[in-house]
Amino acid sequence: MRTNSNPTNKTIPTVRAGKSWDTLVPKPRKNRYRWLILVALIAVYAWALAGIPFTGFKETAAQITKAIISGIFSPDWDYVYLPDGEDLLRGLLDTLAISIGGTFLSTLICIPFAFWSATNMSRSGAISGSGKLLLSIIRTFPEIVMAILFIKAVGPGSFAGVLALGLHSVGMLGKLFADEIENIDRGPLEALTAAGANRLQLLWFAVIPQVLPGFLSYTLYRFEINVRSATILGVIGAGGIGTPLIFALSTRNWDRVGIILLGIIVMITAIDAISGLIRKRLV
Amino acid sequence: MKANTELKRPKPPGRLKLYMTGALLILLLWGSFIQTEANFGELISGLPNMMDLLREMFPPKWSYFEKITDAMLETIRMALIGTTAGAILAVPIALLCASNMVGSAWIFYPVRLLLNLIRTIPDLLLAALFVAIFGLGPVPGIFALTVFSIGLIAKLTYEALETIDHGPLEAMTSVGANRLQKIIFAVIPQIQAHFMSYTLYTFEINIRAAAILGLVGAGGIGHYYEVTLGFLEYDKTSTIIIFTLAIVLIIDFASTKLREKLL
Repeated sequence: MRTNSNPTNKTIPTVRAGKSWDTLVPKPRKNRYRWLILVALIAVYAWALAGIPFTGFKETAAQITKAIISGIFSPDWDYVYLPDGEDLLRGLLDTLAISIGGTFLSTLICIPFAFWSATNMSRSGAISGSGKLLLSIIRTFPEIVMAILFIKAVGPGSFAGVLALGLHSVGMLGKLFADEIENIDRGPLEALTAAGANRLQLLWFAVIPQVLPGFLSYTLYRFEINVRSATILGVIGAGGIGTPLIFALSTRNWDRVGIILLGIIVMITAIDAISGLIRKRLV
Repeated sequence: MKANTELKRPKPPGRLKLYMTGALLILLLWGSFIQTEANFGELISGLPNMMDLLREMFPPKWSYFEKITDAMLETIRMALIGTTAGAILAVPIALLCASNMVGSAWIFYPVRLLLNLIRTIPDLLLAALFVAIFGLGPVPGIFALTVFSIGLIAKLTYEALETIDHGPLEAMTSVGANRLQKIIFAVIPQIQAHFMSYTLYTFEINIRAAAILGLVGAGGIGHYYEVTLGFLEYDKTSTIIIFTLAIVLIIDFASTKLREKLL
């Protein structure tokens, strides 16, 4: 910038002996405030580390770790299927059902939100802006807190989990869907308008076919996330595999902790793989 | 010219697959709603309860801020230390995962598999496990966040590593640089902005996660959810929620601005 700005000053640089290449190729300028930033960072980390009461590990820590690991490698296979009531398969099925129900619910709710907050679907920026703001507020609410609210309404159990996931996922899915709508090709829209289509026909024949693969792909992606979330909802009593896991942890039943962890890992890996395959074919 | 080649309409694509997929989806949904005992009548009849709860939450008890400030600071500390430790540990793992950094598929496939397995366990479950191992307090929370951050940062970084420009690497090889020199002068300058950006992004996620880790006894502000909900002091609960939202939004804003500058 500085050397090239003046055209009269165009001299061909010659390399003289002893002069380094630095004058020809200027080094990138360093940030003047880098020392200040460094000091600030050190101060922040000193503050953070000083505030953590680190008093050494419990002497049983190694023993418990060993117990959990041996629990993973010698799991309590009997727990996989019990004829009466709470077992691993039913817990996992419950988790899966919560995430399917929650994902479906949020997809339904978020479609109007997505059209509301897509900039090319409304004339004024205020409308889409307000939609986007609402979506980001929903997004910042943790699903656990939402589950606490819904437990109050429908009592503890899986349904509260479905509702919590359904509402929480709207924040992210609505934003992704709105982005997808904003990226559509205007050609089909104009062609249909020229042929005299009304707004509903425009939506049905020009918008939906373009956004559907993206919508489905994002829904599957959110489903993967929701399966993970559904496994922790049980911690506060909103159903799923989390409840027996917390119970096994508090009763120090390490073999059972092992088999539940194994079940979660296998289920999530399988779902990720299947959903990944479908998404690859979709887009 | 005679139109003996009559215009043939293309056959519409088969509908059977669509119908089958639709039927399968409906079956899945129906099964899920049965399994979770979904009852929307119950939701509607329960809504007044929820409204009562929301009404009790307002106005929030502002004086409660002072009591939970320490816990909030602890939450931020946990997220900060967890993210940093995770980011540092993620570097060697990301290098081992990238197919253009290690030549042998015998190394990068197993490491990637391990990484995928780590990422399947949600942070709250990790925290519950570490609480069982180390006892109550912020230390198990930090460990949980560290493990979680390793999974996320290492994955994003190795994917970025695989897309780096090979020119500088070849240039370094041609002037006789060794492996370490190649990494320092050809890889790190290309990857560091991405790496910082991913670390900041993970920090945003970890702040949210750290705010609820207390529910399983892993330190931070989450512990106060249980305290206030247990004593039915919903006005205090809403104070916690608002405080957390404010902190999350501030950190998100700052981090987004920093990331825009980086990339």
